[in-house]
Amino acid sequence: MADEKKPGLFEKGGKLYWLHSSIDAFDTFLRVPGTVTTKGAHVRDGIDLKRVMIMVVIALVPAALFGMWNVGYQTSVTYGLGWGFWQMFWYGLLRMLPLFVVSYVIGLAIEFGSSQIRGEEVNEGYLVTGFLIPLIVPVDVPLWMLALAVAFSVIFVKEVFGGTGMNIWNPALVARAFLFFSYPSSMSGSSVWVSKTWVPALKGVDAVSAATPLAIAQEGGVSALNSQYSFMDMFWGFIPGSTGETSVIAILIGALILVWTGVASWKIMVSSIAGGLLVGWLGQIGGATDIPCYYQIVMGGFLFGTVFMATDPVTSAQTETGKWIYGLLVGALAVTVRLFNPGYAEGMMLSILLMNTFAPLIDHCVVSRAISRRDKKLKTA
Amino acid sequence: MSNNIHLKRGLDIPIKGAAARIVSKRIVPDLVAVKPGDFKGLVPRLLVREGDRVLAGSPVMADKQNPDFLLTSPVSGTVSQVVRGDKRKLLAVLVKADGIQEYVDFGIRSAATCTRDEVKDILLRSGLWGAIVQRPYGVMADPGIMPKAVFVSAFSTAPLSPDYEFTLSDQAAYVQEGLTALSRLTEGGVHLALSESNYSRTPFHKMEGVIQHVVSGPHPAGNVGVQISHVSPIRKGETVWTVSLMMAAAIGKLFSTGKLDLRRKIAVTGPAAVDPAYIEALPGTPASEVAAAFGGDDTTRIIGGDVLTGKILGSDGWTGFFDDQVTLIKEGTHREVLGWAKPFRPKVHSTSWCYFSWLTPSKKYDMDTNLHGGPRAFVETKCFEDVTPMDIFPIYLIKACLAGDIEKMEKFGIYEVLPEDLALCDYVDPSKNDIQDIIGKGIDLMIKEMA
Repeated sequence: MADEKKPGLFEKGGKLYWLHSSIDAFDTFLRVPGTVTTKGAHVRDGIDLKRVMIMVVIALVPAALFGMWNVGYQTSVTYGLGWGFWQMFWYGLLRMLPLFVVSYVIGLAIEFGSSQIRGEEVNEGYLVTGFLIPLIVPVDVPLWMLALAVAFSVIFVKEVFGGTGMNIWNPALVARAFLFFSYPSSMSGSSVWVSKTWVPALKGVDAVSAATPLAIAQEGGVSALNSQYSFMDMFWGFIPGSTGETSVIAILIGALILVWTGVASWKIMVSSIAGGLLVGWLGQIGGATDIPCYYQIVMGGFLFGTVFMATDPVTSAQTETGKWIYGLLVGALAVTVRLFNPGYAEGMMLSILLMNTFAPLIDHCVVSRAISRRDKKLKTA
Repeated sequence: MSNNIHLKRGLDIPIKGAAARIVSKRIVPDLVAVKPGDFKGLVPRLLVREGDRVLAGSPVMADKQNPDFLLTSPVSGTVSQVVRGDKRKLLAVLVKADGIQEYVDFGIRSAATCTRDEVKDILLRSGLWGAIVQRPYGVMADPGIMPKAVFVSAFSTAPLSPDYEFTLSDQAAYVQEGLTALSRLTEGGVHLALSESNYSRTPFHKMEGVIQHVVSGPHPAGNVGVQISHVSPIRKGETVWTVSLMMAAAIGKLFSTGKLDLRRKIAVTGPAAVDPAYIEALPGTPASEVAAAFGGDDTTRIIGGDVLTGKILGSDGWTGFFDDQVTLIKEGTHREVLGWAKPFRPKVHSTSWCYFSWLTPSKKYDMDTNLHGGPRAFVETKCFEDVTPMDIFPIYLIKACLAGDIEKMEKFGIYEVLPEDLALCDYVDPSKNDIQDIIGKGIDLMIKEMA
């Protein structure tokens, strides 16, 4: 038939239709799809997952920017280089850039490929995961390790379950856990936290030990910690650590954005901090540690994990009561690991992953209780 | 028992195009349709042939399983066409109106003195039995059972919904008669829900012989399903019947005049309607005539009902038996460049604080049918609870429906909901799932499995 419209290259029936997931992803990134409602409500809210996910990325920006500056600052201070502000920032930015590139290229490639296999649209979830991963690893982590970790976590933690929304564990955290258990020498200890690989003047210079406050506190208690870093140092973030996790103030700005926009649950954030403080305080009065409990919040990855990882709506508890319980346990477990596990100073990663596993159980208990309570009410009524 | 219900959760959709309180047109169509599709669960059997003469109130179709259940013609005239769709599915019977409107005489009687069987009989014979919707599942009512109670909502909170104080202003006596008739059908009484903000101004707070409830809150506070779940939730094995206020008036009119008179004021609303106002028309009026009277064109979607729960009528369709509202909106095929990434999108409403609609709470929007995104797996689910003022966990019910798990659907409250009660979930979902469709399929599965 002459008047029959030929299908476009990427439309159904076209030659390159098998690529439609990828093409759609770029196309809808630039322009809102022209799809109209066919079933159910005829009008829809302007919100979509692209907007939700980009909000999380925006919330991460203060922590990322501060982290970049801090990368340069730590190098400059540790090796006595005497850099200025912009020099520190540019060094950090250049040092972080390859990590972001590797994280996004590897992760998105797998994400696009699996969306194509499933024939679904590409989910925006990886925009956040890909931004998180470089922020929670030591800055000098070899890129091939990072690539391996990203590939592992995206394939085995996300895609095999059916993509974003179906996963049980937070993929960014699993990437970190993968690195941690596979390559411990690049992920822990006191010499991995300050970058020196890209500074020409430091060629051949031995790495100077620069332990994180958590490690110092675990070794020597509060007096050793205070001789090196003050509480305000840790609050502002002038300390060694993973790039994104050091500055409490930058993370709090992010938290404000997330809570304001309603993207992340403030209940999980509040209860996680409460749980951390509680166990920290119990440890203090029980004699397990002499570190004040509020130090637990500002040291290490506690706050970053609480704000950006524990609140992931897919892997956290879904019921409102469940969120309180889930958050409380995340915070409490993280500090418990810190206090009672001599091998490993940080407990946040394992605590969140463990609670990810138990979140469905928490929800199940909350929902079952609510339903049986309701049944009882109905019977007596 | 407290009769005041205060609801906090929910959402009034800020859409433009409320109908002015005037009747701007009286549409007297040439052809009027009787549609079996308006009644869930009906398997139609045709009782007339093309060329037969019918009066207003003459039976046109019956249900195959329950031959007492009749669909009657709203006009007098001759049957001109039987419209069938795929697999010869009966879509409508068209009656050519003869312009003089003769009625079948069902006899004037007082509902107060009628027995239950007499009320049942006259409703079945006149075709007004179809006005009764049975819950769970929202099917046509089974005349053989005694419902727990009858619920009527005297107000609507749906977007741009008609104002009953206007549409039924002269029919308060009929409404009273209708409610009395309905009270004969149950031992649990007729529950009438009134809006708190409008309580003293509405004529319906004077209705007698009913159990009144005063409800406040945003949509879906006016939904009868939400009201039932707060007054007396439906448990397994229970049934309740619901009737709209407009249909209660029609029942009252049937008793008071002996005639089936389905003429009604229909609110023609929506951002694509020019000078939105009320019309007076019959059910089965061609949608194209309604749309044309209000400036609808090819790019307009004609919806029978409101924008959340209405059916697409299409330009070759007809208004439905229950419709007292027609909404006209533009098809949203326009592709906005970088829409999701713009800091401000003043023309698009969002409940999410990721946008800035909260800065202009009283602004009304020129909404269209654009989905504003692509379908995704569920990610954000708290938004469902925020718009569902019922004691259920919407996301768990939705997932149980998706999984087709009967036991879980029962546990999570499938008996209490119809798709319309979760219509707002459609609206707010950032993952753009069709929640009403999911719930509707769950209900269909329940009907099939429990039959």
